[in-house]
Amino acid sequence: MSSIITISALAKTYASGFRALKGINLDIRRGEIFALLGPNGAGKTTLINIICGLVNPSSGSVTVDGHDILRDYRAARALIGLVPQELATDMFETVWATVSFSRGINGRKANPAYIEKVLRQLSLWDKKDAKIMTLSGGMKRRVLIAKALAHEPRILFLDEPTAGVDVELRRGMWQVVREMREAGVTVILTTHYIEEAEEMADRIGVINGGEIIVVEEKAELMRKLGKKELMIRLGAPISEIPAVLANHPLSLADEGRALLYTYDARAERTGITTLLNTLRDAGLMVTDLETRQSSLEDIFVDLVRQST
Amino acid sequence: MNLTAVNAIYRFEMARWGRTLLQSIVAPVLSTSLYFIVFGAAIGSRVPEIDGVSYGAFIVPGLMMMLLLTESASNASFGIYLPRFTGTIYEILSAPISPFEIVLGYVGAAATKSIILGFIILVTASLFVPVRIAHPVWMLAFLVLTALSFSLLGFIIGVWADGFEKLQVIPMLIIMPLSFLGGTFYSINMLPPFWQNLALVNPMVYLISGFRWSFFEISDVSVGISLTMTLVFLLLCLTIVWWIFRTGYRLKP
Ligand SMILES: Nc1ncnc2c1ncn2[C@@H]1O[C@H](COP(=O)(O)OP(=O)(O)OP(=O)(O)O)[C@@H](O)[C@H]1O
Ligand SMILES: [Mg+2]
Repeated sequence: MSSIITISALAKTYASGFRALKGINLDIRRGEIFALLGPNGAGKTTLINIICGLVNPSSGSVTVDGHDILRDYRAARALIGLVPQELATDMFETVWATVSFSRGINGRKANPAYIEKVLRQLSLWDKKDAKIMTLSGGMKRRVLIAKALAHEPRILFLDEPTAGVDVELRRGMWQVVREMREAGVTVILTTHYIEEAEEMADRIGVINGGEIIVVEEKAELMRKLGKKELMIRLGAPISEIPAVLANHPLSLADEGRALLYTYDARAERTGITTLLNTLRDAGLMVTDLETRQSSLEDIFVDLVRQST
Repeated sequence: MNLTAVNAIYRFEMARWGRTLLQSIVAPVLSTSLYFIVFGAAIGSRVPEIDGVSYGAFIVPGLMMMLLLTESASNASFGIYLPRFTGTIYEILSAPISPFEIVLGYVGAAATKSIILGFIILVTASLFVPVRIAHPVWMLAFLVLTALSFSLLGFIIGVWADGFEKLQVIPMLIIMPLSFLGGTFYSINMLPPFWQNLALVNPMVYLISGFRWSFFEISDVSVGISLTMTLVFLLLCLTIVWWIFRTGYRLKP
């Protein structure tokens, strides 16, 4: 699959001397939904803002569909729509005026039918003549999405699009993002809701301290790093793990009433059969078994902890 | 050249002005009328003609200039400061549009507004005193050049300001006093020699003098010098604006 955005050795040092990005290399594939995860201050917004032309890079390069973002900024930016992290709106304008302005400033001729389609898609049509200051926070965020889509971009950046948005609306936005992807738009989103990335993304990148620490297909990431846990409930509590079980990765759980076995679900041998045999030989009575797949959230927390 | 984008900014700015049209026009018309009543009719009747021009008519170009300078600067500074303040500037900076086009949109709109106001003042003035314009083309040229330069200055102020008070500081504390002292209400030839020489470092003197010449063919300094100074000022502002976009000063970290 071909890349639509290529980021090479991109670094940013702010005027304060703070190194927000330390040599980012990243390819975004055409048509994918890419989720960028990372704790507060990791550099997500800085990275997005450099690509969109809001922050000057210190070194390195970015190309968007082959166009360098500095030398060939017109061609690069014409392809991009941005929904910024901060809710910045023209309070006194109407929804219709502000969305039409977005189309114009991106150099596209007026197209009321298209704007109508976008507003309807985002359930904003009945608000088209309302002044933005009369809208709720969630509606304002949808107005920002409508503005970003007004010029029919091929790439959409969503910097925490669902922050402060209720569950129902969030699902509505996911739907819109999926529709974008079906229409061939590449979507790059940042989020602090891991379930959002888990739900939406094709690939996931984790950034921490200005460095990309992992980029992986979502499914692959979960398979590779996702550990499975087997909870073995015992008939009678034990105070310590019997010596015969010493070479199994086990820990006591639930005050000795259970054993927790961690294994790699992908491996040829999970070791479960041996373990159960050993348990029986040791005379421990097993009353119940349950397995649990570690979530993306667990993986994320582990990754960030390891890298700092 | 992304004319659609320039047009979008221009129209957006003009629409913003349109919403507050009444107050944008009423305030300057009212204050100018007051000047005419006080200086033109009341005091002016006791002031002798200056170089063959009645005092009431003499102050018309000065008042127009004063209004043009302050309105251009405050309009343009507000125009670019507002999106910086609300954060909506992200959209301008991430659009496929060059710095020149951004400036053209904002400065063009601000200059248009102040030129329209200038004409409204001219019409208002002609209700009070007979106004004749000897060189309409030069008058228009000075009007447009001045509106452009001071809108550029306003743009610079709007990028520099980090609070609403600062937007007012320069028009109120610098432009207004300097144009007052620069010959709005008198010919600098009426000053004692020392003050006359001092007045020549005031850039407004050249703008007002040239503008007044286009009306009455009387001037404090030669028209050539006035025109040169106006162009120098325009160039200076353009250079600063170029530098702002070059370095990203207060626009891009
Ligand atoms: N204009 C600036 N000047 C100096 N430092 C900055 C500036 N903007 C951001 N930073 C710093 O750069 C780092 C990365 O910020 P950035 O906004 O990219 O983080 P983020 O990953 O988007 O975080 P969040 O999840 O909180 O949005 C932070 O430490 C921040 O303080
Ligand atoms: Mg951020």
